[in-house]
Amino acid sequence: MAITPPANRLWWNEPVERTEALWIGIALLWAVIMFVMMPYWHIYGQQNLSTEAYKISPDAYTEKVEAFVEKYKIREEGDTGIPVVKPPAGADIYMLGRLWEWYPILELEKGKQYRFHLSSVDWLHGFSIQPTNINLQVHPGYEMVLNMTPTESGEFGVVCNEFCGIGHHTMLGKIYVK
Amino acid sequence: MAATHEYRVCPDTGFKIDLQADKLIKWNAVTAIVFLLIGGFFGLMVALTRWPTVHLLPADWFYLALTAHGVDILLVWIIFFEMALLYFASSVLLQSRLPMPKVGWFAYWLMLVGALLGNVVILQGESSVMFTSYVPMKADPLFYVALLLFAVGALIVCFLFFATLVVAKSEKTYEGSLPLVTFGAMVAAIIAVYTIASGAVILIPTLLWSLGLISHIDSLMYKVIWWGMGHSSQQINVSAHVAVWYAGAAVVFGAKPISEKVCRMAFLLYILFLQLASAHHLLVEPGLSAEYKIFNTSYAFYLAVFGSMVHGLTVPGSIELAQRRRGYTKGLFEWLRKAPWGNPAFVGIFLSIIIFGFVGGISGVVLGTEQLNLIMHNTIYVPGHFHGTVAGGTTLAFMALCYWLVPVLFRREIWAPKLAQWFPWLFGLGITGIALFQMGAGTLGVSRRHWDMTFADAPLSYDYPAAAHLLMAANGVSAVIASIAGAIFCLQMVLTLLIGKKREGAVPVASDAAEGLTGHGHGAGLAVPGTFVLALVFLTSFVLYYFVNWKYLSEIWLLS
Repeated sequence: MAITPPANRLWWNEPVERTEALWIGIALLWAVIMFVMMPYWHIYGQQNLSTEAYKISPDAYTEKVEAFVEKYKIREEGDTGIPVVKPPAGADIYMLGRLWEWYPILELEKGKQYRFHLSSVDWLHGFSIQPTNINLQVHPGYEMVLNMTPTESGEFGVVCNEFCGIGHHTMLGKIYVK
Repeated sequence: MAATHEYRVCPDTGFKIDLQADKLIKWNAVTAIVFLLIGGFFGLMVALTRWPTVHLLPADWFYLALTAHGVDILLVWIIFFEMALLYFASSVLLQSRLPMPKVGWFAYWLMLVGALLGNVVILQGESSVMFTSYVPMKADPLFYVALLLFAVGALIVCFLFFATLVVAKSEKTYEGSLPLVTFGAMVAAIIAVYTIASGAVILIPTLLWSLGLISHIDSLMYKVIWWGMGHSSQQINVSAHVAVWYAGAAVVFGAKPISEKVCRMAFLLYILFLQLASAHHLLVEPGLSAEYKIFNTSYAFYLAVFGSMVHGLTVPGSIELAQRRRGYTKGLFEWLRKAPWGNPAFVGIFLSIIIFGFVGGISGVVLGTEQLNLIMHNTIYVPGHFHGTVAGGTTLAFMALCYWLVPVLFRREIWAPKLAQWFPWLFGLGITGIALFQMGAGTLGVSRRHWDMTFADAPLSYDYPAAAHLLMAANGVSAVIASIAGAIFCLQMVLTLLIGKKREGAVPVASDAAEGLTGHGHGAGLAVPGTFVLALVFLTSFVLYYFVNWKYLSEIWLLS
């Protein structure tokens, strides 16, 4: 029994039973298939996270974001005072996570690629675009750079999905895709 | 030394039990159950707050309760119980004296002080940093002190476990190799040492930082090392509950592993590959290469997943074999139909295998696939997954074992045995609901660790689909069911100790029904065809669900 020492002291000489051998073969094959899927998707898939990232101080990053907002601001969102920014297709976009907002609001074109820069100036934040459901982790001191192409138009929420204190549930940004 | 040890002989198993080990098992297990009650209560509060129309707690209390739920269940309940298992698997199963029992008591008090201090500090409200305590969010320094005290206590028990193995070997208390259950516990203890070392490496500097002695801790480095503890500690649980599965199959059915070699190899793969799992939490992090992510997140070619798939076959397989030897040989499933469905120890372990495999296991692999993580990271899919593993797998297996272990150790009958029959079904139902509904809501993008999915206080607005609200309500209902079951369990255990009927005579464990398969390995046909069919059903679900998620991924915005 499993709670007593093996009855056969030379248990490693016992043959492997056929069901087990069969299952071991199947499971190993499935393991290899699952492993191969990841590099396969890097080559043929269109949803792969870039690995480009830079170390940057929060102040330096904030300056970049402010310059970006200044350059492409088109209006303010209702009476919230939050700038709405419309960069041209292919442009670099600088988005900032801080307690408790995703700044600024973006207006993008469907089917056009943009170069997103993401960072935080205080704590860890989550960058979760809904309802398309893309979820990224944003760290202070790290500038993450990735190419993103919206494939549908509409109004998208940017939910912070990393706990960042008592106002976490109010940390919500917006992206318009036209 | 050995002369000072006193023993009793267990009437049920015939084992000679060191009285000090006996006492330590009881104290650790009972303490575990008390914290299960506390942590479970916090969990219910969390689920009722996330039920949109109930929305019970205010935000600060919600985050406090969530922190406490994580610490009390994931650490305190599970690890205290595992300490009891380590004493059981070494001193009791090897029928050895427990060396240095005073050290065992020292470790117990260290862990208890750590656990109590942790709860007090969290309840003071200045340490609602979640179980993960990611920097640069700062907790009260005592929060880290509490975790460290608890971890050091656990580490001491691991070394006491190893010492007992050495003593048993040198005093020849057993013949041949370790029992499989002890082997599994040893795997758990080895992983625990690695895990606790990782915890110390990151929590000691974090404590110094919270005291102002270190100026900066890199948040990415923190996550890499913290999850060397955080995820590996879940692998302690996997090893421990797989050992409990084998133990349950042995005491209920007299089951014998189909082949020792295969089971032990599968355990060994855990030691070799589980440590890589830190990467599961770093798949959408900046600055880590795709090669690093792919190799680590897959435990190098999914070899640890493979290990679990093997146990998933060999545990029910050993039960099938034992039942067939008893004469339940009709068709594929007579062995299963004629299983003791009224015995909570069996039912709990059986459901634990099913929930861990179908719910927790499959979702874990999907979640841990590099690109698929993009559509799941930090959504409530993640707690959905680990309620399938830790609550449905580990906790249910441990609870099921209690229905056998508590009467055996305390010599008392379970209070209200009819109620006990209901327990595993009710708990299994509630936990499966929690896991599946949270996974559903996560697939719709609902965030984990979030007080208000309606964003009522935010300057901007976003509405999750109506289905997401419904799923979170269903999660709340499931949590109520699981809580009722959990309360039944805690009540039964406590009342069994206090007023349970004294046990007369012995209730021997099942006899060794399945003699070795020696000579059958090359026979015609499969020894366990029913289990093989179940395994194929599992594989089919796995493959379908895996590729459905790649389909979901292909529908999101393009990323490169």
